[in-house]
Amino acid sequence: MKKLIKVICCALLIGSAGVMAGCHGSQGMEEHAVPEIFDESKPHELVFWAKNDTNRTQTAIYEKAISDFHTMYPNVDIKIRLYTDYSNIYNDVITNIATNTTPNVCITYPDHIATYMTGVNTVVALDDLMNDSKFGFGGSEVAFDSPAVDEVIPEFLDECIIQDAHYAIPFMRSTEACYINKTYVEALGFELPEVMTWDFMFEVAEAAMAKDADGNFIVNGQNVMIPIIYKSTDNMMIQWLAQKGAEYSDDAGNILIFNDDTKEIMYESAKHGATGAFSTFKISSYPANFLNAGQCIFAIDSTAGATWMGTDAPLVDISPDQIVEFETAVRMIPQENPDQPLMISQGPSICIFNKSDPQEVLASWLFAQYLLSNDVQIAYSETEGYVPVTSKAQDSDTYQDYLAREGEDNGEHYAAKIQASRLLLNNTSNTFVTPVFNGSASLRQAAGQLIENAVKSARRKETVDDAYCEDQFTKVTSLYHLDQISAETAGSDDLGPLPTASKTLLIVLVVTWILLGIAYAVPMLKKAKQ
Amino acid sequence: MKKALYGILALTMAASLAGCSSKTDNGGNDGGKENTPAAAGPDTEKGEGVMTYAEYADANVDDKVTIEAYVQAKQSWWDNKGTFFAQDADGGYFIYEMQISEDDYKKLVEGQKVKISGYKAEWSGEVEIIEAEYEILDGNWIAPAKDVTADLNTDKLIDSINQKVVFKGLKIEPAEFTEGGGVYEVYKNEAGEDQGYMYKYNGTGAQGDDVYFTVSKDGVNFTFLVRSYLTDSSTDVYKAAEAFEIGKTYDLEGFLYWYNGANPYITNIKAN
Repeated sequence: MKKLIKVICCALLIGSAGVMAGCHGSQGMEEHAVPEIFDESKPHELVFWAKNDTNRTQTAIYEKAISDFHTMYPNVDIKIRLYTDYSNIYNDVITNIATNTTPNVCITYPDHIATYMTGVNTVVALDDLMNDSKFGFGGSEVAFDSPAVDEVIPEFLDECIIQDAHYAIPFMRSTEACYINKTYVEALGFELPEVMTWDFMFEVAEAAMAKDADGNFIVNGQNVMIPIIYKSTDNMMIQWLAQKGAEYSDDAGNILIFNDDTKEIMYESAKHGATGAFSTFKISSYPANFLNAGQCIFAIDSTAGATWMGTDAPLVDISPDQIVEFETAVRMIPQENPDQPLMISQGPSICIFNKSDPQEVLASWLFAQYLLSNDVQIAYSETEGYVPVTSKAQDSDTYQDYLAREGEDNGEHYAAKIQASRLLLNNTSNTFVTPVFNGSASLRQAAGQLIENAVKSARRKETVDDAYCEDQFTKVTSLYHLDQISAETAGSDDLGPLPTASKTLLIVLVVTWILLGIAYAVPMLKKAKQ
Repeated sequence: MKKALYGILALTMAASLAGCSSKTDNGGNDGGKENTPAAAGPDTEKGEGVMTYAEYADANVDDKVTIEAYVQAKQSWWDNKGTFFAQDADGGYFIYEMQISEDDYKKLVEGQKVKISGYKAEWSGEVEIIEAEYEILDGNWIAPAKDVTADLNTDKLIDSINQKVVFKGLKIEPAEFTEGGGVYEVYKNEAGEDQGYMYKYNGTGAQGDDVYFTVSKDGVNFTFLVRSYLTDSSTDVYKAAEAFEIGKTYDLEGFLYWYNGANPYITNIKAN
């Protein structure tokens, strides 16, 4: 009986220790090493978290990719979980890192990966896998037509470098575009240039605010007109600062956004927010809905939102009787210097989470790599104004034929969608990304918040001046914990002292082991004495 | 002695494990169904500086507003921001992402009177109060559901925006969605059959997402939903929506949210 009690106690202790280890997540996993072989007799069930823009075709493409991959690798089953928002994926990954229940493969942004990397070897560094002669890009043992490493667009692949290693591979790329009601621009007496400046856009927007005697806007005859609606004010601030040559952050993780150029952007946003000429998604709603209803002239959104833009848009979120006839023009975002355009490169990337079984990680890598095959790249890029991330796909006859058929119909070959894709294809060398570090995602949010707050304050007739901007700098610093981001910390944060609860738990553990030792030692000593 | 020691050890470890487990109270996915006593009726006199519903309705977007109302349903709490429906004797309010601690959010039980100061905003037609500050007041009232069945498909319906409402005797139709504006497509489930509900507005979701369904009255179809943030998949209403039978009629109670038109969040389903 005594032995039984001892055994139960020991089992409880060992089990508890295991569970508690799980509770606190992985303190450090072994660095992944590429196996010599892929054991195709060993079953794997992988979890894939993806984003699908609530687009039925995108969902179908993911499902087909999973099915096709399973046909090639029957030992690999993949379960997909679809999200419609990157921030939800981010939040869920953070939660699951703590419990060591991360997915195997995940669509995400490099900014987010930098935060995932606070755990040691949580995210797999992909360089060895990418360059492996058997299982790497174009590898000899890969069961599908994989792109060679030099067929992945270098600019896009470089965006996935964090701390000198690739912690992701690009999946799709997009940029932002300005979808324009050209009919209204010309009705207001302006000629739409190939490349707009910010000044031009604001000038047209202010002209559109003129009302008739009944209080309706002259340009559309309606009582609603918001000439400019910007979907992502994060991007607006980041791109405008880059075009001005102003500071934002640096590779070491220094926060440099709090400067006079940022204030200038806040003033300009507030100035046109006060007149009603400029608004944002967060304040007003989706730019596409206003554009299609003839209540917006410049709708700035991702090229991956092109299918919602324009009179003939294949996807519509408002009732048909609200849609107004107009000519849609697609242009790059407004520029400071039209001769040297700059625009952000964005879009989903793929990361792989580390697991204790290297074979499982290899299976994850093979699936991630399959997402860069022509079958997936071309099909997915055609669902929106995305572009494939490989030259192998971009240069293929299938994709070139797709581009050439621009405007043939308002579905697969919808003009605005293909024009949006062309915008990025023609400007890949004019794209940029911001430095990635642990905290860069928060800085991005803060950048947008500065514009949102300035516009809201202006609409509320508050003064937006130097003191206001300084106050906002302080507020967003606190709100987004920017003062807790230390330079040179990406992936190697000093997490500070342990919380009290953790300390208590550790003390309890130590005391328990001591008591257990006593429980064993005392009878042993007694026995020895006898 | 040994038995006692082993017992202490076991209890110690159990206690340690209990401390290790995560807190699961999300503070607000119950649709505001806490059991609290309801007073006979709402206060009709407002405090100093507090707007009547009519004054609130007349205020412009971006105006500072102050109201007193009773919490009717809590939608979500996240990152110290709470979102909920409230109502007074004359109208409904939607308070969006109000800064509030989780502890205080838990105090906002169904019927709890609150004073809210913030800015009036409008997002895709939904009128809301943003950047709000709050004060928890004495008082309790749970609004009865207002029968707005006759107002469906009329301009009068928006007068009840954000209120607790009920639509009676609506027939469940095969779930349908539109992505091309006006052109509706019937959702087919994995078996290729019509279904009385679907996850997400176009059927691309999975259990746990919002449940959308199509109802009809006098031959006209409308899209309603069970909002997962408000009433998640563990709630009776969510399960009832998953059990909808095409052709059957139901009384549907909920909150009159607005998104480019009426977009009611259903919180209670009763078969006729």
